[in-house]
Amino acid sequence: MNEATRDAFEQALDTREVRGRSLYVDAWHRLLRNRAAVMAVAILIVMVALVSFGPMLSDWDHEIPDWDNYSQPPSLETGHPFGTDALGRDLFVRTLIGGRISLLVGLVATLVSLLIGVSWGAFAGYVGGRVDNVMMRIVDAVYAMPFMFFVILLMVVFGRNIYLIFIAIGAINWLDMARIVRGQTLSLKNKDFVEAARACGATEWQVIRRHIVPNLLGVVIVYVTLTIPQVILVESFLSFLGLGVQEPLTSWGALVNEGAQELETAPWSLLYPATFLAVTLFAFNFLGDGLRDALDPKDRL
Amino acid sequence: MLNYSLRRLGSAVPTLFLLITFAFFLIRVAPGGPFDSERALPPEIEANLAAKYHLDEPLVVQYARYLWQMVRGDLGPSFHYLDWSVNDLIAQGAPVSFALGLAALVLALAIGVVVGAWAALRQNRPTDYTVMSIAMVGISIPNFVMAPLLILVFAVMLGWLPAGGWAFSFDRMVLPVITLALPMIAYIARITRGSMIEVLHSSYIRTVRAKGMPEKEVILRHALKPALLPVISYLGPAAAAILTGSVVVERIFTIPGIGSYFVQGALNRDYTLVMGVVILYGVLIILFNFLVDLLYAWLDPRIRYDEGGTET
Repeated sequence: MNEATRDAFEQALDTREVRGRSLYVDAWHRLLRNRAAVMAVAILIVMVALVSFGPMLSDWDHEIPDWDNYSQPPSLETGHPFGTDALGRDLFVRTLIGGRISLLVGLVATLVSLLIGVSWGAFAGYVGGRVDNVMMRIVDAVYAMPFMFFVILLMVVFGRNIYLIFIAIGAINWLDMARIVRGQTLSLKNKDFVEAARACGATEWQVIRRHIVPNLLGVVIVYVTLTIPQVILVESFLSFLGLGVQEPLTSWGALVNEGAQELETAPWSLLYPATFLAVTLFAFNFLGDGLRDALDPKDRL
Repeated sequence: MLNYSLRRLGSAVPTLFLLITFAFFLIRVAPGGPFDSERALPPEIEANLAAKYHLDEPLVVQYARYLWQMVRGDLGPSFHYLDWSVNDLIAQGAPVSFALGLAALVLALAIGVVVGAWAALRQNRPTDYTVMSIAMVGISIPNFVMAPLLILVFAVMLGWLPAGGWAFSFDRMVLPVITLALPMIAYIARITRGSMIEVLHSSYIRTVRAKGMPEKEVILRHALKPALLPVISYLGPAAAAILTGSVVVERIFTIPGIGSYFVQGALNRDYTLVMGVVILYGVLIILFNFLVDLLYAWLDPRIRYDEGGTET
């Protein structure tokens, strides 16, 4: 046996040093190789930084008009890089303040839907049987309802405040989450490794903690990333109809609504908030897609 | 199949009943009523109005009355548009929304499936990435941004098409239909691509290819049909939503469809109108989901609903 062959053999046999990589480490590496997803993360970080700190850098306030400049096109000379609206308010600051609200609604409402959806779905899937059947029938029934109707009614009944928007949007968005988590739980429950754990004497709680929750996590992460843009979209839609965030606060949807009305005379008041909204949704969707590819080994074709 | 259909339609009745009950009591809980106005009405007139519309009766009696009316196909008088019944209002607005929705559906299905399949056949090549990125842009631009942009470009700047208004004519339908269709095209293309890729990797396609069938035949005869299944299940609820009209598109293009009845009805406390639209939507959702299941069985011969009731 010559030197080279022995080296090759040793290398092949030397598996002790290799540590098993967890699904999530693996997924992380796959995500980093996805250029679109990395780009999306970068865009989102910039966007969050911009809406958090941007308004502090500007001389203008989102409520107080610049009395000398009504409906001015974007110009650095007047100090309004995105122009002003019909009331003379700086659109740069308003776009960023609107972004704060839109992103905040996106995050909080998604958390609400996550909380309801995951507990509902996991419980139904894990308990199974009659309980599962009844719980899923309820989901089906609610699914057939025109959800805008509920939101509009909620807004009307309780007044239009921002906390209600969080809850209302979260409360209608949990259905998909519940379905997905329930399906996943149902299939996990019957997997061989769960049975093996039970056979080894693992308690119910241990099975849930060690096997069910970690395996659900991937699906939930992907779904959360895809729910945030949906929620932002719903909020903008509500604000567009005038049912969402109220003056003097604003959101991207409300700004787009104002901009759309002055389309012919002041197109910039539509274009800037619309671009910010679209870019953010775009980044979230791309990140969600990247995460799905990274976390779901089945799709690695 | 007939047996299954009857069973399905039978199970739709309780769902619909639940929907109606829930919606009925929810809107009645909202403060304010249909006849509230800035100026206080004299109490006799208010009492007369309440008596005419049976608002003075206990809620349960009103509910029973409504159900009985509805069973006979009467959705009641509108509380806001006096002299109009909800049936008339829906009969007037529905053709408009249906026409727009149907045109958008057909357009979206035709383009979406072709583009999605095309991308799948060039998986992970530049064409695929380009097409899917464009589709993502289509999903990310909300219709209330797309509609004003289309108006800005095609009506204001180029002057090719009218900016709004309604008639059953090509030039007035183009922009609203495109606005409605664009996000659907993007969704359908993405779904088709995903399922097509999955089908193309399955073993029976490999078998067919190994037998030497021309690629065109492989795709059209063997791959496309099963790849359409997820598209069909997306289309069920999407069709119900799009046929009942889009409040955004109707508002921006000033179109008299039924999409805006929803929001306006709730704001005006037009109880019967809101209920009418809710019922219409519920019926459509149930109907389309049923059609989806039938189409499933037709597209995938493995699915049989009657033999032992096993649904795979």
